[in-house]
Parts: sequence; structure tokens; C-alpha cells
Amino acid sequence: MRDIPGRLGLEPSYLLAALAAMAALAFIMSLSVGPSGIGIDAAGEARTLIFYEIRLPRAVLGTLVGGALGLSGAALQGYLRNPLAEPSLVGVSGGAALGAVLAIHLGLSHLLALALPIGGLAGAAVAMLAVVALAGAHGGPVTLILAGLAVSSIATALISLALNLSQNPFASVEMVLWMMGSLADRSLTQLWISAPFILLGCALLLTVARALNALTLGEDAASSLGIDLRRTRLAVVAGTALSVGAATAVTGIIGFIGLIVPHMLRPLAQYRPGLLLPASLLGGAAMLLVADVALRIVQPWVELRIGVLTALIGAPFFVWLVLKTRAELAP
Amino acid sequence: MRIEAQGLNMRLGRREVLRGLDFVAHAGEMTAVIGPNGAGKTTLLKVLAGLLVPGAGTVSLDGRALTDWLPRARARSLAYLPQERVTHWALSARAVVALGRLPHQPMGAGESPADRHAIDAALAAMDIGHLAARPVPEMSGGERARVLVARALAQEPAALLADEPAAGLDPAHQLALFHHLTALASAGRTIVVALHDLSLAARFCHRIVLMQAGRSVAAGVAGEVLQSEHLAAVYGIAAQYTRVEGIPVVLVADVLP
Repeated sequence: MRDIPGRLGLEPSYLLAALAAMAALAFIMSLSVGPSGIGIDAAGEARTLIFYEIRLPRAVLGTLVGGALGLSGAALQGYLRNPLAEPSLVGVSGGAALGAVLAIHLGLSHLLALALPIGGLAGAAVAMLAVVALAGAHGGPVTLILAGLAVSSIATALISLALNLSQNPFASVEMVLWMMGSLADRSLTQLWISAPFILLGCALLLTVARALNALTLGEDAASSLGIDLRRTRLAVVAGTALSVGAATAVTGIIGFIGLIVPHMLRPLAQYRPGLLLPASLLGGAAMLLVADVALRIVQPWVELRIGVLTALIGAPFFVWLVLKTRAELAP
Repeated sequence: MRIEAQGLNMRLGRREVLRGLDFVAHAGEMTAVIGPNGAGKTTLLKVLAGLLVPGAGTVSLDGRALTDWLPRARARSLAYLPQERVTHWALSARAVVALGRLPHQPMGAGESPADRHAIDAALAAMDIGHLAARPVPEMSGGERARVLVARALAQEPAALLADEPAAGLDPAHQLALFHHLTALASAGRTIVVALHDLSLAARFCHRIVLMQAGRSVAAGVAGEVLQSEHLAAVYGIAAQYTRVEGIPVVLVADVLP
């Protein structure tokens, strides 16, 4: 597109190529950096084991989860036409957390290691169905946000209840740690059960690019341009539930990636919500992988969980966003 | 494209907005829908655009029921310009106008030469070529209105339904817009505009439909519909359809007691 002198913004193909290169670089870094610096501090069989059983699942999971969080954030912001929207807003993260916490509380996770991610997936699915049922078939963006908030509150309440009733202090610690979110020590099996859902959810979210562009003009104009708003809403909700639900089920809650990434990339994507989808997918993957590598570098000094790191970076960012929005709305 | 509606009934909440309304708009003509606030003009246009499903009655485009049209195919033939001037995000004017080409673009395709031509023509028609790179939120209300009209023009539809397209435009751009719409009608398009400015309706529209409380009170050429008795009964105003230097105008003298 010839235009926009004096504005940020790249040719779409260059933007996506640059982001893909960043994500690829971050992936390679994730494979090569460990707690003892660059390379793998072992030889022979141990070396192979560390690479295939620890580094590779962690890097692949980081790519999938980061991509899912970035993409679903961009899709939700575009659909709701609100730059403050985030995947946890529609109740899916809360549902997944509740499912996993229940799996720990009921002792299922000790009987079967996969009970934790399966509980998370089931929780995300139930939360999604509850949100859709609550928001109704014809409701607009506002009812969706309200339904998401309602379901999140219920999930939070029940998580507190599980923590409160927990007799076993180890289980309580396990629940709290799990909710902080981490990519570490996830097995290939956990990766295999979550990956199909994450990929399916991402594919669904990528189909709404045209619809989100049209929604720039509001719902009536978008509809008159031939966009099926009900299908769009279903794709956004189901895509978020599948991708973020499956991601949260395996890694725990990793916040703010879905908020920050689309926000940073939006000017570079010339504010086009459709183009922002693939851009945020790649940008989210790159950002989570880099954050995870940073954790490993500081690990000898301080043991940080990735959900804590993203929250530490994300919360001040949110404050800044509020201040910026306030300045824009001021007369 | 001939737009025809018969026996339209529409209820929004508890209010009956359309009551047994018949409507027709012909190709090659500009049809004005006029009437006081709350007469049902916007609802009529939304029903004709397929955005609202009437409680009763039928809408057809070229004799084919509106419900039989696939949304994409309908969007290639029929454009709708809402009354609310909504744009989210800081898109450039050109990017907003380019959205009018969506129904013509296959999934994942970029801009074709035909798309580019339509976008440039729409920008030129609305006199916003020089603003193409400006973010729409930074524009004045009138400039933004012109960008959104250009979006509908870029759609190159056989029929255009525009709800208050002249609102917020300065007199020069109002005239330019209506000259352009007249040219489109002369080229065989169907133009339907909901209007409050009776003089614009008198001057430019081939047919006028006067609405009141969800019904069509009068329909026909300006001279018939804009009679003083009609305007007094529907709007409660003392007004006269006349000509000044050969230009049809509606002179509104006063509000009737």
C-alpha cells in the first residue's frame, strides 16, 4: 500500500517476515540457553535427554502458548473494539485455573499426572459454554464482557473456596504455584494433549481477520458488508477458549501477553485489526520465549515464575494504558 | 436495481416502528425518505439493507426476496451508510475507504487494480484525496462524514441506502455529494436517502416518500408530496414548496401552533 507518510507502519509482508524472524531467533535462543549459560552442560546421553525432554518441549510450548495469548488478545481487542480487552476477560483463563485447582484439590493429579491439564481443559470448556449461554445468541460485545466477568468471578470464588478447604498444605502450595504460570518441567505428553487444541483455536481466530477489519465501521456497516456477526462472535469465543484454555491448562495463568503484544504492534500494523492477528501471533510467541529465556538467565540468583514476570511487567503497562486513555478522553 | 417492500411491520421493544409500510425505489432514480424524528426512516433503511428482519412483510431486490441473497452477494449489490459515523482505531482515511471493497475481494486477496481505481475514485468524489493518509480520528466531523460516504461509494453498489448522508457537511460539500449521487442515479444506480433537509429532497430527488409514525403518508414527485397541507399535517409546520431562481426549495415559515 502506498501511503501514510510520517506514520509508523511497514508493508504487511515485511512486518510479518520481521516478526517471524524474531520468533525464530527467540526459539533458537530458548533451545540453546540454560541455567548454566549458553549450551548444554552435559555430554552424551544426558545431553540428548536434556535437549529432547527439557529444552524442546519448553521451547515449543513457549511458542504455542505465547502465540495463542498474543493472537487471542488481538482478536478480542478487535472484536470488542477495546484496546483494554484481554483473554482472561472472557472467563476462559479463570475456568481453566479452576479445573486444574480442582484436579489438585481432589487429589486426582497425584493419581494421574495428566489430570491437571485435562482438568484445565475441562474447566476452560465449561467456562466457555457458561459465557456463551449467559451472553445469549444475539448479545453484542458488552454482554460478552459482562458474561466473562461473571464467570471469572465465580471461578475466582470457587478457587478461593478450594484453597480455603484444602487440608493438605502441600496441595495448597501446589495450587498457588500452578496458578502463577510456568513453562518449566512440562512433558512431551502434556505438549501433545494441548497442542491440537491450541492450533485449532488459533486457526479459528485467524479466520475472523476480514470481519474484524469490517467491524472498524461498527456492527451495522460490517453486517452490510456481508460479514456474519454471529459466526464471528462464535469464532472469537471458541477460538479463545480452545487456544487460551488449552494453554492455561498446561502452563497455568500467564497474564498480560494478550494485552501488551497487540498494543505494541498495532501502530506497526497501521491499526488494521485483521493484520494485527498474525502479527500478534508471531509477536506473542517471540515475547514469551524471550521472557522465558530471561528467567533462565537469572535463575542462578532468583527463581522466578513466568506468570509472575509477565504480571510484573504487565501491570504497570496496564496503568500506563489507563493514563493514556484518560489523557485521550480528556477535553 | 429495483428495491421493493410490501406490508412491512416492525416492532422495536414495545414500540411499533413500521406499520404496514409499502415502499419502492427504482433504478436510475434517487428516492428520498422524509418524515419527522421517530417516523421510522432509519428502521426502514435497515430493513431494506437486511440488517433488521421485519415482523411481517417482504423485501425484494430485483424481484428476488432479500432473504434469498447470500450476504456477500448482497453486499456487492447493495451498500448501506449508517447514520452513526463510527470508526474505531486510528485507521487512515484511505484504509477506511478501502473497507468498501471487502465484498469484492476473495479471502486473503490484496487490492486489485479495480479495487484501487474504485478507492481513488471515491476519495476524489468526496474531495478527500489530500486527506488519504490522515488518521480518521484526527479529522473534523464533516471530513469524517465524507470519508464514510466515500467508503460506501467505493463499494460500487447497484443500490445505495444512505441514512442522513448530508448531516454535518458544509453547504459546498452537501451540494457536491448530491450532484455525485444524481450522477450515480443517472448512470442507472438506485439511490435511497433518508433526509431532514426538505430543500435537498425537493431539488435532487426524483421521488419522495413522506413517512409518519411508521406509515407512508404520501409518495411521488416533489411537487405532489411537499404540498403545504402534507407538511402541516406531518411536521406541524407552515411551509411552502416553491422555486427560487429556478431551484426548487421548501421555505419553512413557522411552527404551527
